[in-house]
Amino acid sequence: MNILVAILMVLGALFCLIAAIGVFRMPDLYMRMHTATKAGAFGGSLLALAAAFHFGTPRAGIMAVLIIVFFYLTAPIAAQVFGVAAYRRGVPLWEDSEIDELRDAVDPSDSGKAEPSDK
Amino acid sequence: MSSDLENPMLLIGWWVSAVLFLAAAVPVVYRIVRGPTVFDRIVALDLFAGICLGIIVALAIRFDQPVFLEVAFVIALVGFLGTVALARYLERGGER
Repeated sequence: MNILVAILMVLGALFCLIAAIGVFRMPDLYMRMHTATKAGAFGGSLLALAAAFHFGTPRAGIMAVLIIVFFYLTAPIAAQVFGVAAYRRGVPLWEDSEIDELRDAVDPSDSGKAEPSDK
Repeated sequence: MSSDLENPMLLIGWWVSAVLFLAAAVPVVYRIVRGPTVFDRIVALDLFAGICLGIIVALAIRFDQPVFLEVAFVIALVGFLGTVALARYLERGGER
């Protein structure tokens, strides 16, 4: 059991490191978000799992499940809201990107203008 | 240190993961300082909150304190709310 906890802990830290390297190396904002949300959430989930195995009590298990479920419910929402906001403000894509499916959906003429009242 | 882990496997795992977490913090801080736009900085800050969460969970295992798991959950909550609020704010203007 201790070996399992140690392996899960090291794996979780490794995924956090992978996410950090991705945020450092990737060429544009959207790819950085890709590594930060996916690998970061997976690393945190592995650590929560390690804590659940280590303590072995219902309380720690419930907290670990809560953390994991919360991660996987909120990370896609945050990334989606954030990506659309960045696209509306005109953050450029990597110059070698080939597909830009948002180009037709987002009107570039109203980018970056603060609106006086809520729609 | 209080409440030392007697199991050498766990202790080795804890030290390895602590070094990995520290190594992960360096490029993230670089992106926070240098990120070309505000959005890059916020993405890096979000990941930094995730790394802090991992460190806190690792500390909970190291010192046998299950209370730290609640702290980790609160950090996850605040990180999500902060990211969404900043995205909504920057979408309507605000600084670039």
